Amino acid sequence: MPKVLDNVQIGPQNWKMLVRVPKLVEKARPGQFVIIRVNEAGERVPMSIGGLDRENGVLTVIYQVVGKTSALMTTIPAGGEILDCVGPLGLPTHVKKWGTAIVVGGGIGIAPIYPIAQAWKAAGNKLYTIIGARSQNILFYENEHKAIADKFYACTDDGSYGHHGFVSDILKQILDSGEKVGMIMAIGPVIMMKVVANLTKPYGVPTWVSLNPLMVDGTGMCGGCRVAVGDTTKFACVDGPDFDGHLVDFDLLTKRLNAYKEQEKNSFHRFLESPGCKLADSVKTLVK
Amino acid sequence: MADQKLDKKDRMKIPRTSMPEQDPKERIHNFSEVPRGLEIEMAVTEASRCLSCAKAPCVSGCPVEVDIPGFISLVVERDFAGAARKIKETNSLPAICGRVCPQEEQCEVVCILAKKFKPVAIGYLERFVADFERENKLTQIPEMAPASGFRVAVVGSGPAGLTVAGDLIKLGHKVTIFEALHKTGGVLVYGIPEFRLPKKIVQAECDYMARLGVEFQPSTVIGKSDTIDELFEMGYDAVFIGTGAGLPNFMGIPGENLIGIYSSNEYLTRSNLMRAFDFPNYDTPIIVGKNVAVLGGGNTAMDSVRTSLRLGAENAYIVYRRSEAEMPARAEEIHHAQQEGVQFHMLTTPIRFIGDAEGKVIAMECVKMQLGEPDDSGRRRPVVIEGSNFTMEVDLVVVAIGNSSNPLIPQTTPGLDINRWGNIIVNAETMQTSREGVYAGGDIVTGGATVILAAGAGKKAAKAIHQYLLTKKDSLVKG
Repeated sequence: MPKVLDNVQIGPQNWKMLVRVPKLVEKARPGQFVIIRVNEAGERVPMSIGGLDRENGVLTVIYQVVGKTSALMTTIPAGGEILDCVGPLGLPTHVKKWGTAIVVGGGIGIAPIYPIAQAWKAAGNKLYTIIGARSQNILFYENEHKAIADKFYACTDDGSYGHHGFVSDILKQILDSGEKVGMIMAIGPVIMMKVVANLTKPYGVPTWVSLNPLMVDGTGMCGGCRVAVGDTTKFACVDGPDFDGHLVDFDLLTKRLNAYKEQEKNSFHRFLESPGCKLADSVKTLVK
Repeated sequence: MADQKLDKKDRMKIPRTSMPEQDPKERIHNFSEVPRGLEIEMAVTEASRCLSCAKAPCVSGCPVEVDIPGFISLVVERDFAGAARKIKETNSLPAICGRVCPQEEQCEVVCILAKKFKPVAIGYLERFVADFERENKLTQIPEMAPASGFRVAVVGSGPAGLTVAGDLIKLGHKVTIFEALHKTGGVLVYGIPEFRLPKKIVQAECDYMARLGVEFQPSTVIGKSDTIDELFEMGYDAVFIGTGAGLPNFMGIPGENLIGIYSSNEYLTRSNLMRAFDFPNYDTPIIVGKNVAVLGGGNTAMDSVRTSLRLGAENAYIVYRRSEAEMPARAEEIHHAQQEGVQFHMLTTPIRFIGDAEGKVIAMECVKMQLGEPDDSGRRRPVVIEGSNFTMEVDLVVVAIGNSSNPLIPQTTPGLDINRWGNIIVNAETMQTSREGVYAGGDIVTGGATVILAAGAGKKAAKAIHQYLLTKKDSLVKG
């Protein structure tokens, strides 16, 4: 069983878990994902790759506590284990020299955009990085991103840090400056990816997004992760998770992500009140 | 009471035993197995109906050529474990095949008793002896050949992969089975529901393989973590690909991505593998429909519709574009579904799904069909009756219209030939693919088929892999 080397809180609702999975880390490429199962009764949950330490075979997973499974994940101590961690799954993100390339990370999406930024930088791109969150205490990976970006921007919705406003404001400024941008990749909440894609469309800049629909097996067998891209239905697990943002039906994705809203809420509240839940009261209040 | 000294005429007078089953009214509220299995005396009596005829057409009716008269005569002699071992000489999975094989179109349809009477209940007897052996812990480790020094990688732990592994390990080769999911058994665990094939039986078969020395590596997606070529680099001498059905097909009609429309793969995987029927004790949720329509007429459609009843559906419908005569499901499954109150809408097909503001399916518009000229499959082609549109109120739809092949391995294996549907092309005798040392069988080759056909393909492949390894050994010695 994969060993958890560390599992620490990095924000009001965010945790960082380091898992030792040498084979997976050796094979994984930026943009791919993994599926984790915490215990025997647990769900199979897809998780983005938030970092790959190839030397030590360690995978970084940044996760937000939004439901029972993520809450359960916080209870695993350093030195503990998770039941399964399967992958790498999905297709890797395109890596090419486009000239100027922009990565946009919102909320928890700041994590998976980082290995992509590393790969794009290494491919010789001039890299602009824009990260954003509701508030300063939710931002993370700032130093990591800064270290490789040619230009770096942080945004907060409440103005507590960096630009007061949305990642799309900064992106618009860059596009309006007339600088030729070869490629944009955006990862974050569905609404953020939708806003970014709508913004860049009239500028004609290719904009890719990484989608996070619900999944079960992650190998193409169940079809639960289907997304509408242009006129076709795609399976995010085998055809994605990256898709052309100008063609994605984001509203459908939002609706499908809410398919089990009621059940998930009930299961989460049942867990929060159980003795197995070790979340601090402050976190409980926040997630409720 | 059965008596070995009965003459032919007396034997023919014995009526075919019927399988004791859970009452339909009770069983739609639980996931326990529907047929309870034969009692000892029932089995012995049924076995005594077999005429042990010289021709034994049943043997050639069986895709893996089980010595049927041989095992049945051991039942008459009350050597039940011996009978199970007799079957296992050619079929590694009798407890499973005794339950899910379509005997009525294989061994039993050709039984000479079937001409005038009802055929011997071969499937019931197979299940009986396999259960007897397992429940009484009489399973034995068979004779194993000395270690050959060769290693074989088997990709997929469904019926094809388990058969290949079971055969090759006995021949002295080291075998590793790679499984993408966290549990082994493939379609036997994620697809076929508990009420038709209890998971403890599949587990027992996998445990038996492990006792023989087969190594299992679950949660490993070949094609992603390692490619077929990398398996050879890791020191495997041959590879068998038995990755199964692959990507689910959808209708391709408007509204199909609404919430509440599942592929049968997803619906059954949630319920069977992830145990969503026991939510929230298990964390995976499932949508419980009041009015459930299952599209399709195969065994998977029957499994899905019967699952929906057990999860609490008030109305469960099978919606099928042809008529009952063309349904590919086993007669027994259709019968069970009917007993349980499933409503059959034959010669009907949906043309669009209608959703509410939240994107949940609330209805589907259908048209009625009539049967026209025969098509490529030899079945009469259904043709739309113009103006026959009507709307069905549904809040859950399960699409069970088959699968297309999974691309993960063909995409990452240069030189592996596939046909236009993406199925791997093999030599029908040896199951060898276009790549040396690479064999394939089961649904990834044939498209959606049955457990026993997959097992049959596994048998052929194991034989050919063994031959291949022997030749390799010769050339190694000579080289």
